[in-house]
Amino acid sequence: MTGPDIADLADLTIAEAGTGLRSGDFTSTDLLAAVTKRASATEAHLHAYLTLDHEGSTRAAEAADASFAVGEDRGPLQGIPVALKDNMCTLGIETTASSKILDGWIPPYDATIVTRLKAAGAVITGKTNLDEFAMGSSTENSAYGPTRNPWNTDRVPGGSSGGSAAVTAVGSALGSFGSDTGGSIRQPAALTGLVGMKPTYGIVSRYGLIAFASSLDQIGPFSRTVEDSVLLLETISGFDPKDATSINAPVPNFGGSLGRGVSGMRIGVVTEFLNGDVIDSQIIAATRGMADKLQDAGAEIVEVSLPSTEYSLSAYYLIAPAECSSNLARFDGVRYGHRSNVEGTTEDMMSHSRAEGFGPEVIRRILLGTYALSAGYYDAFYGQAQRVRTLVRREFASAYEQVDALISPTTPTTAFAIGEKSDDPIAMYYSDLCTIPSNLAGDPAISVPIALDDAGLPIGFQVMAPALGEEVMYRVAAYVERLAGFTARASLATSEVVAP
Amino acid sequence: MTVWEAVIGIETHVELSTESKMFCSCPADAEGEPNTACCPVCLALPGALPVPNGKAIEGILKIGLALDCDINESSIFYRKNYFYPDLPKNYQISQYTFPVCEHGHIEIDVDGASVRIGITRVHMEEDTGKSTHVGDGDGRIHGADHTLLDFNRAGIPLVEIVTEPDIRTSQEARAYGAELQRIVLALGVSDAKLEAGSMRFDVNVSVRPVGAKELGTRTETKNVNSLRSVQRTIDYEIDRQIKVLEAGGEVRLETRHWNENTGVTTSMRTKEESEDYRYFQDPDLLPLEVTPAWQSEIRSGLPELPAITRARLATLGADMIAAGVLADSSDLAALFEEAVEAGASGRAAGIWLTGEVVAYTRRSDVAVLETGLTGGRLAELTAMVEAGKLSSSAAKKVLIAVLEGEGSPEEIAESKELLQVSDITAIEAAIDHVLAENADAVDKIRGGDMKPFGFLVGQVMRQMGGRADPKVVRDLLTDRTAG
Ligand SMILES: [Zn+2]
Repeated sequence: MTGPDIADLADLTIAEAGTGLRSGDFTSTDLLAAVTKRASATEAHLHAYLTLDHEGSTRAAEAADASFAVGEDRGPLQGIPVALKDNMCTLGIETTASSKILDGWIPPYDATIVTRLKAAGAVITGKTNLDEFAMGSSTENSAYGPTRNPWNTDRVPGGSSGGSAAVTAVGSALGSFGSDTGGSIRQPAALTGLVGMKPTYGIVSRYGLIAFASSLDQIGPFSRTVEDSVLLLETISGFDPKDATSINAPVPNFGGSLGRGVSGMRIGVVTEFLNGDVIDSQIIAATRGMADKLQDAGAEIVEVSLPSTEYSLSAYYLIAPAECSSNLARFDGVRYGHRSNVEGTTEDMMSHSRAEGFGPEVIRRILLGTYALSAGYYDAFYGQAQRVRTLVRREFASAYEQVDALISPTTPTTAFAIGEKSDDPIAMYYSDLCTIPSNLAGDPAISVPIALDDAGLPIGFQVMAPALGEEVMYRVAAYVERLAGFTARASLATSEVVAP
Repeated sequence: MTVWEAVIGIETHVELSTESKMFCSCPADAEGEPNTACCPVCLALPGALPVPNGKAIEGILKIGLALDCDINESSIFYRKNYFYPDLPKNYQISQYTFPVCEHGHIEIDVDGASVRIGITRVHMEEDTGKSTHVGDGDGRIHGADHTLLDFNRAGIPLVEIVTEPDIRTSQEARAYGAELQRIVLALGVSDAKLEAGSMRFDVNVSVRPVGAKELGTRTETKNVNSLRSVQRTIDYEIDRQIKVLEAGGEVRLETRHWNENTGVTTSMRTKEESEDYRYFQDPDLLPLEVTPAWQSEIRSGLPELPAITRARLATLGADMIAAGVLADSSDLAALFEEAVEAGASGRAAGIWLTGEVVAYTRRSDVAVLETGLTGGRLAELTAMVEAGKLSSSAAKKVLIAVLEGEGSPEEIAESKELLQVSDITAIEAAIDHVLAENADAVDKIRGGDMKPFGFLVGQVMRQMGGRADPKVVRDLLTDRTAG
């Protein structure tokens, strides 16, 4: 049989696939068939997708092929199969945020990111699993069951965007989108050997993203390469009049310095995140090793101390629950979603709907947040957390007066076992230790895979930059990617289950 | 015996009549079929986000400037968190610290005395949906079989205007409400219909012994929807609280409900069990920036405010009552000014316009501009009365005919033979005739009994067909019957 080897297409980068589509080597329909085949081979092992939109994706792929046929080109994502975390509203396609409370809910509108992807000719394969309402670091808190890590299915893929990480890692999409409130893109990217990026707060519209913590949430891409990350981000970013926190300014030229190297740059290593008490020693070693390589490549590496990061975790676990306690108040069984059958008053109906519909971690955070905002406690908790946030911002801003970018590990550990931390919320919360400060500061940050640990699990390396400093961040990340030469693929992606 | 005084503060909600809602582009029209003016934002669907409506901000700035408030250059939207089925997000976007406007005042007139009421704050918020509780329970949620929800009103911009506790009597409260309504109407930012709820009052009342410095415990009566009810609610509450205190009891800090039919307030809930709203800055909205340039642009576009209009009309000669009525209607005020310009006395023109003319337009259900009355014709009419050419009863007839469009006062008086006769010869002839026929009456008068005098005046007027100037008749008769 002539024609493309469909199994291999699922392993292409977006940039490679784009070239192939434009040179007529294969069609978008072929690409979709490849990732669909990969999904059918791996989903039983991973449970990464909650919904596969066969009809919509087929139509989108055919439309992309028709566009290519007449020479119409709407940009680098035309014809590319990408997946969305199931907390982004999709017109006519069930959207649950992995919560029972939204079981069966079909949005009557598209999130702005979905509108933009459709306009760019992207092929949306389906909706991916997450920790309920994006609250978690392992994708175990899903009402529909956990997602597993394609590198080792006894391990978690990280979270909360674990489904989006797993599909891109295994090849059941060429790229995907997650949301990052305290590390929910970068941490699963690190645990699945992907590039995962959280943009500057305000450059990607949150309209249609089911809110967890509004002042911290930001949508961003998962990809296998830094170059793909740029292509994905370019398509979804830019001012949106439907989001009042959207930045009304031209977006930076994200990929403008990709090939420039790091010679002459000043890069700071965050000393607090090289602390052996909280960070795994193999990860510290890999991070230091990469810092040395950057120095050898001509960057000036300096140690930077950010003492307030010590309080970031506590501040985050007050601010995020406080906002979520209010954001999730709308789920009351009145207008949509789960409605309890309890006998009694309207109030009984509302409170029972919530108690029945929300999972334990969501309830824990709502209670935490409600408490933190209560009269008499506001100042000691929420008020104090906001002051810490201001401090973190200032500390980062003054660090960026000294250095062009900051580097650190992305996570304290590599992928942990399923169930290992699910009974210990505090241990789970520590997964986001290195990622939370960028959310508090509103700055961009990216995780790039640099090595495997002794167990064969990927280690992520974080590059942080000042607000709207994506170009610098990508410049360093691209060079880290090159220096690391990380080419390993998730074992499930190369195993016999996906063999043609 | 203790003499009590009341301390009253009023919170007023005004629905702005913008085209679209406060945070989405749905029409701000609550009147349509239920749930037809809704979108993901005002239904609080997952993922939807609010974007402030600039026109509504202009509306609140107009109100704030009209009430002499300081405008905060940066003001903050907060979330007021509470669960209620007709509140889609289960929080209301409102303001807390840093409202758009603060520290204003309003001057009202009570029985001829000017009273200044301080305005604490004017802030921006959004309205809720509307609940209809069906079944037992007297229209309240408790006891209802089921509740119907209409979200058309959800998200309509609301401005809340809060006074200082400066009001002392129910009359002052009513006058405040009325003046605020006039201001809002003059600004054109709301239809301010009390009966439709687009303007509504929450009334805070406490009492204390006269001379006491400390405030008594207050009650808040919610959603009072007429000026008369504001006055009645306060009278009732003052009376009730004094009775409670004089009987040795304590006034409870609570929210009360005014029942229009029974004329009493009843307890809704005590404040102790009232909710903690967990206010915090809305992370979906940036601080609202009002630049000095925007502020001065709004200020320069403000219309003349009712107090200024009244003062101006008063300087043109209108008495206080007439100035008040005229200021409430730009059409009447314009006619008034035209008449004065054409030479009418302001006092007379004001009385005619606010008396006969208003009565006629109400009776005939026409707008004053649709009648035949012009400022010039009104001036002509008042001049004729002053010159003694028309009696007051004839003037009324002429005015009605002018309003009916029958022509100018001169033409009408002429054709209807309503001109008053001041020609002494004609009147004297009539007097001669009457005196000749009533010699006994003349004798009585000359004998010191003045009773028949009025009868003689009447006879002369009758002889003249009502067209003689009664003053002239009286003067001549006095001379002729003098002894
Ligand atoms: Zn709407």
